[in-house]
Amino acid sequence: MLEIKNLHAKVDSFEILKGVDLEVNAGEVHSIMGPNASGKSTLAQVLTGRETYKVTAGEILYEGKNLLDMTPEVRACEGVFMAFQYPVEIPGVGSAYFLKAALNAIRKHHGIEEIDAMDFLALAKEKMKLLNIDEKLLNRSINEGFSGGEKKRNEIFQMAILEPKLCIMDETDSGLDIDAMKVVAKGVNALRSPERAIIIITHYQRLLKYIVPDFVHVLVDGRIVKSGGKDLALELEDKGYAWVEEEAVKSK
Amino acid sequence: MTTDTKTIKTLVDKEYKYGFVTEIEADSIPRGLNEETIHMISAKKNEPEWMLKWRLKAYRHWAKMKKEKGEPKWVNVKYPSIDYQDIIYYSAPKPKKELKSLDEVDPDILKTFEKLGIPLEEQKKLSGVAVDAVFDSVSVATTFKEKLAEMGIIFCSFSEAVLNHPDLIQKYMGSVVPYTDNFFATLNSAVFTDGSFCYIPEGVRCPMELSTYFRINAESTGQFERTLIIAEPGSTVSYLEGCTAPMRDKNQLHAAVVELIALDDATIKYSTIQNWYPGDKDGKGGIYNFVTKRGKCLGRNSHISWTQVETGSAITWKYPGCILQGDNSIGEFYSVALTNNHQQADTGTKMIHIGKNTRSTIISKGISAGYGQNTYRGMVKILKGATGARNYTQCDSLLIGDKCGAHTFPYIEVKNPTAQMEHEASTTRIGEDQMFYCKQRGISTEDAISLIVSGFCKKVFRELPMEFAVEAQRLLSVSLEGSVG
Ligand SMILES: Nc1ncnc2c1ncn2[C@@H]1O[C@H](COP(=O)(O)OP(=O)(O)OP(=O)(O)O)[C@@H](O)[C@H]1O
Ligand SMILES: [Mg+2]
Repeated sequence: MLEIKNLHAKVDSFEILKGVDLEVNAGEVHSIMGPNASGKSTLAQVLTGRETYKVTAGEILYEGKNLLDMTPEVRACEGVFMAFQYPVEIPGVGSAYFLKAALNAIRKHHGIEEIDAMDFLALAKEKMKLLNIDEKLLNRSINEGFSGGEKKRNEIFQMAILEPKLCIMDETDSGLDIDAMKVVAKGVNALRSPERAIIIITHYQRLLKYIVPDFVHVLVDGRIVKSGGKDLALELEDKGYAWVEEEAVKSK
Repeated sequence: MTTDTKTIKTLVDKEYKYGFVTEIEADSIPRGLNEETIHMISAKKNEPEWMLKWRLKAYRHWAKMKKEKGEPKWVNVKYPSIDYQDIIYYSAPKPKKELKSLDEVDPDILKTFEKLGIPLEEQKKLSGVAVDAVFDSVSVATTFKEKLAEMGIIFCSFSEAVLNHPDLIQKYMGSVVPYTDNFFATLNSAVFTDGSFCYIPEGVRCPMELSTYFRINAESTGQFERTLIIAEPGSTVSYLEGCTAPMRDKNQLHAAVVELIALDDATIKYSTIQNWYPGDKDGKGGIYNFVTKRGKCLGRNSHISWTQVETGSAITWKYPGCILQGDNSIGEFYSVALTNNHQQADTGTKMIHIGKNTRSTIISKGISAGYGQNTYRGMVKILKGATGARNYTQCDSLLIGDKCGAHTFPYIEVKNPTAQMEHEASTTRIGEDQMFYCKQRGISTEDAISLIVSGFCKKVFRELPMEFAVEAQRLLSVSLEGSVG
């Protein structure tokens, strides 16, 4: 589904990604871990097409097509979704209105007719129940005044409604209490399917206890320096990143 | 899918939808302005002597103003000086015969309004909205007149009111905006041609929206309309005006006067959706919209509320205000003003607190895109006797792109120490992060902007009558098309 080859990217004049290689197939769950400022969010932003990040070398194929040729909205319509590390507030724009507009934009892209208000509401209610979200949030301005945990849960709620093919979650677990984390995990696990791939960016093993990944990758200084199975996350929790970094230096 | 730049290019090239011209035979007077012009206008309208006298008084005052000081200089807009001798002050579609009913209105005019989405034919009238349609200088049709008359409500063209209700006109005309008020109001008092008149009798709640639709059609004509609304004690009315004009290379002048009078416990809600032709993307052509609107809360507990959505005109100059004379009276001003391309707007409000415990609320939302310049100019005056007066002002500007500007000039004058004033102001840019958030969810650039902008305007839109809120939202997104690139 996704093939990243020798990806280099920079912001202003700083090179942040320095040759990332990663292959993700449909049905798989990948976790990307790594120290602060190693470039995890940058990778997510590059995948979703944020203009401030410039790709200087390498390529990204998504379902066989050149992802870098697509605008951010086309990528979204083609099924690439990011749950933001810091969801943005849009004053005055109702959550329900926003999400319906998004869903209809995606449906239109695929030539499906628009969903009407009643059907949308029914769909939203079903997913809110799954994620334990207060229905009142639907009537409030998007993310405005939401608590940290509400914002994060709301991202997964949007993901559940939009049903993307490639889900990228950027530190969705930080800021969630233990119960909320279980609820989010339940929501994400419900989305696991042979047609869908999930990339989870996280610092901690705890979320991975509930959403068990097929692969774990360690990103250090703009490169994936180690990959492994779910046990790698446990090992990292035990030994910290210094250990991988040393190994990476040795292998050079 | 097309690329971003390509979409934007096609959107920029999209034209003003209401820019067509109706080919119709017109009855006009020659270009130019002098005492003779005033006599001609008055004669065309078969006016009584007192009306002609009032016009002449205003004209002489205007001539003096023009000679001594000219147009107001304090306004934050730029335009080449207007040649008042090059304007046609009266133009009316030539009637084939005397009009008895709507069926006799020229079908081309009916078609024009239909094209604008304002059906005047009896069967197709907007449900629950009475419409007065003004085409160039005259009112061509007023709907639902009889139904309203049963309740004692008078809703007719200003010209008809001059002939049929001279007592009310003589009592109230100029009582809120005197003919000496300002350059453009004085000009209007001299040459005004038509407009709407509403009278709501004591204790009556007007059962439908009253609406006037103004259309400038003929070339080189100015439109100088006058509207007067009187709400007797305990009555309530909601009024809406809409405006469009054909696309022309030459600027056209629109100088209107609106006066509202609310007596004890009466409420007047006045909403405007102004979409005059703004000129092309290089700033050529467009309407100069120089308007004086004022309401007087004459009675106790009276309430006047102005809501305006200003998206059109090359230049907008207007400050709908309230004179809060009755004790406990309330004045409100909710405004969205949008300037795109080379449009300029200098708009705001004046709230004059005279009575005790008077309250005013000002919510102003300015949006600038392209090379647009948007100025908020507001005055809140608390006079000596206005014990317990309160004002809340919120004034926000939203910038789209980096070539536009937003300016704020609040004037506050407080003569009573018990007054409570609250003022909030902000200037923001549409955030790259907000745009990206929308796009990441599949929403296109254009839709994302219109979504964010309508969120910004929400506090004003929710004041509009339901049907018009939808219209306003649509208008904003159309006016913003091509504003990012
Ligand atoms: N817009 C930007 N402008 C300047 N520097 C940036 C920008 N975005 C990212 N960076 C820098 O790039 C580096 C990588 O940032 P990134 O957000 O990708 O890290 P991260 O791995 O997600 O870290 P964390 O675990 O703290 O979230 C950091 O040093 C950061 O300061
Ligand atoms: Mg990060």
